[in-house]
Amino acid sequence: MIRIVNLSRRKFLKSMGVGSGLVLGVYFSPDGDAATDDISKGSTAGAEPGQLAPNVFITVDPAGTVILTVCRSEMGQGIRTTFAMIMADELDASWPKIAVRQADGDPRYGDQNTDGSRSILIYEKVLRIAAASVRQMLEAAAAQTWKALIADCRAVDHEVIHVPTARVLPFGQLVKAASTLPVPNPDKLRLQDFSSRRYVGHTMPSIDLGAMLHGKTPFGADIALPGMKYASIERCPVYGGKAKSFDASGAMNVRGVEKVIEIPATPPPTGHLPLGGIAVIASNSWAAIEGRKKLQIEWDLGPNANHDSGTYRAEMETTSHRTGRIVRTLGNFESALAGAAVRLTGDYFVPYQAHATLEPPVAIAVYEGGKLAVLAPTQSPQIARQVLAQYLELKEADITVRPTFLGNGFGRKSMHDYICEAGWLAKALGGRIKVVWTREDDIRHDYYQPMSLQRLDGGLDKNGVPIAWRHRTVFPSLNSTFHADQTSPDAAQLSQGFLDMPYAIPNLRLEAGVAQPHVRLGPHRGGLSMAHAFASCSFIDEMAAAAGKDPANYLFTYYAGPKKIDLKALGVDYTNYGYSIDEFPLDVGRLQNVLQFAMDRAAWGDPLLPRQGRGLAVHRSFLSYAAAIIVVTVAEDGQISIPRIDLVLDCGQIINPDRIKALMEDSIMYGLGFALYGNLTIKNGAVEQSNFDNYQLARAGITPEMHVHLVPSGQSPTGAGDPAVPVIAPALCNAIFAATGKRIRTLPIDTGQLKDSPAAGPAAPAAPNAPAAIPITPTGGAAPKN
Amino acid sequence: MSALNINGKDHSVDADPAMPLLWVLRDILGLTGTKYGCGIGECGACTVHVAGKAVRACKVTLAEASGHDVTTIEGIADSHPIVHAFAQLNVPACGFCTPGQIMQAVAFVKQKPDPEDDDIVQAMQGNICRCGAYVRIVAAIRQAVGADR
Repeated sequence: MIRIVNLSRRKFLKSMGVGSGLVLGVYFSPDGDAATDDISKGSTAGAEPGQLAPNVFITVDPAGTVILTVCRSEMGQGIRTTFAMIMADELDASWPKIAVRQADGDPRYGDQNTDGSRSILIYEKVLRIAAASVRQMLEAAAAQTWKALIADCRAVDHEVIHVPTARVLPFGQLVKAASTLPVPNPDKLRLQDFSSRRYVGHTMPSIDLGAMLHGKTPFGADIALPGMKYASIERCPVYGGKAKSFDASGAMNVRGVEKVIEIPATPPPTGHLPLGGIAVIASNSWAAIEGRKKLQIEWDLGPNANHDSGTYRAEMETTSHRTGRIVRTLGNFESALAGAAVRLTGDYFVPYQAHATLEPPVAIAVYEGGKLAVLAPTQSPQIARQVLAQYLELKEADITVRPTFLGNGFGRKSMHDYICEAGWLAKALGGRIKVVWTREDDIRHDYYQPMSLQRLDGGLDKNGVPIAWRHRTVFPSLNSTFHADQTSPDAAQLSQGFLDMPYAIPNLRLEAGVAQPHVRLGPHRGGLSMAHAFASCSFIDEMAAAAGKDPANYLFTYYAGPKKIDLKALGVDYTNYGYSIDEFPLDVGRLQNVLQFAMDRAAWGDPLLPRQGRGLAVHRSFLSYAAAIIVVTVAEDGQISIPRIDLVLDCGQIINPDRIKALMEDSIMYGLGFALYGNLTIKNGAVEQSNFDNYQLARAGITPEMHVHLVPSGQSPTGAGDPAVPVIAPALCNAIFAATGKRIRTLPIDTGQLKDSPAAGPAAPAAPNAPAAIPITPTGGAAPKN
Repeated sequence: MSALNINGKDHSVDADPAMPLLWVLRDILGLTGTKYGCGIGECGACTVHVAGKAVRACKVTLAEASGHDVTTIEGIADSHPIVHAFAQLNVPACGFCTPGQIMQAVAFVKQKPDPEDDDIVQAMQGNICRCGAYVRIVAAIRQAVGADR
């Protein structure tokens, strides 16, 4: 349910700084309840179901500039441009006369939490309705001015035209009259014809392009205020530890250092709050960083001082070999496996990984006159504001949080410890503080992607048909960052590529294990589908190989679509990314479609060169559907190169094709980095890596030839930033298997293990002693009967 | 006091001579187009030109830069073929690494006006783009040198 009101003359607009002219507030209820709230009462609604909050503001100023206040954070996905495109089409506005303004954190804008690829999903319709209302009010104003029929007045390219007489009035000149008119009923709005759009569906330059090319987009790191001091913080190397004592005298001798102050340690789980540590305050970043090196600190390392990622892995593997909490079941797995002609098993491992946003966390806080103002690269300014209010015992009304541009987000900037550090220091010191994280701080004190162990067991009948599938996932719950008692993932986490296993296998068992947390965990790009898709898209490939079948045909066959899988009817507690399963079903037909699309574009089945292999993976996440086909070449020394990748995304309607394409290119590189490099290890509780020399990211040299395909669709637009990432690692590993016969179940890929691989690729000449068939490791008592 | 010429303008800087040029530019002179990404010369986000050569500003001290001409992203004209090509191909995603990429590319094409694709990739290997825009970065450089004609 959406309601729009004319806000042009409301006093509070002044305080919100949205300008004068024609201003419409859009009330938006995700639950479809009738709009009853009133923005002028300063509603605090927004995050809670059933309550209403305006979330979009469009201003047309008397000069004719249309200003869109964007309530989502810009971190490279191009959301400011995409929102402007949607608005401009509906309004029939001229692109050069559009400006965007970034919204402060305020519940009046509705959901501002920019994560999980949801911005278009939530706002596409809302933006269209908001813009259509403005357009119809301008048309009505023109009709009133000309004493003409509204039906004869049409907005065209930033003017309203009286069609019969060809008279025109520019938008700006209609602002005054339009501001006095009633707002059209949203249910009776005339939306623009989708096929006639000028911006949506077309390649548009990013609205911030010019500034970006000259280094003029203000990232959080770039903000400087008069009188501002710089802080660099030494934190305990172990999560949950704290300073016993410290000596600041060396630091105080560094030129530029002005003060050393301890930020109290938060007892774990720390949530959004600071880890605590010793902050060096200086007149510039460098002095603060240098001063830190001279601190003498004695730490109490706390309860995680013995945490060792190697030992942890072994413990989790043991857990994954035991029965866990059963979260989805079908048929009788045990008896089906016992009767299987071929049994397969695999232990899949994904290590801890860091976000490594290229702009490390940074925040500026100003505490003056009892009020706190924060400028920071945040994915969620409202939550930052709430957290600051609780942490610093301030009223939310006395706090403003303004998002800057973000040099990447990936979920790191959904967590607000760095903002709380700045807020605490500003309040304690009574001034203006910029907290600067070094890269070492970022790698060592991140909210990590959890380590995960997954055990898969499967069985095929004598014809190679998959008849039994058991998947156990073991990883520490992300909720453990907030709640100490959370040791097993909840339904929302298990819904990310695990519970929604789409293969039609009659005997099925999905289980979740328990893992004690020892580090801060947080949301990451691709979410838990990164690990789950790696395992499940690899294991179905293992089954196809064991059956001696083509993996694409095998997958296509055992999707057994087209159909929609009703997990609710199967008794599964599946959260579907928080959206209605009726509106966004788990549609196996769309999985088959992206697979077929990829097979056609990538010439699946065409011969390859010796030492090459082709692999595929298909996955639904964030309500979108992705398929990747990768061709890999494995050299004799085990080094791999990727001559070609085809990546297909079905994300419903394509709003901003160039940015989606860029996100697909990005997904490929992010996925390759995950598969080939990302590996964070912990010894004696402390992270062993520190910077890009020992925590590697994808670089230009491994860029494959990319073919990105967007499936034309009339379905509701869904996510694009996350959903194509999870398919990259399994497609690559399946390609390596096709090339070498070696199955990769541990990430990152150890290319040393691929050395002197038998060339088992389809076009490879058979070596005299090459195995006749791909070896399958039997498990349990029965020998394979193939 | 250290003397610096940045983008054709003389500056006199009162700071520790051991301070990396990166922080001099960012915190003292307010030229924030040059980004901090790693501080150890691994990511290229702070690439600037000193005496015409691309260097990592985090690895050059104020003392070392003194007396040389320094060019930062703020000194690169909109009309430069690299900037033009980056615009045409809509290269920046988040935009954080973009200044460093452009500074690296500008110095590279000056030194090697007719590069092969492999040369371009090699030249850009030290510049991390966490948005994975490498395919566009390489294509833009190729376009700027006319190699795609």
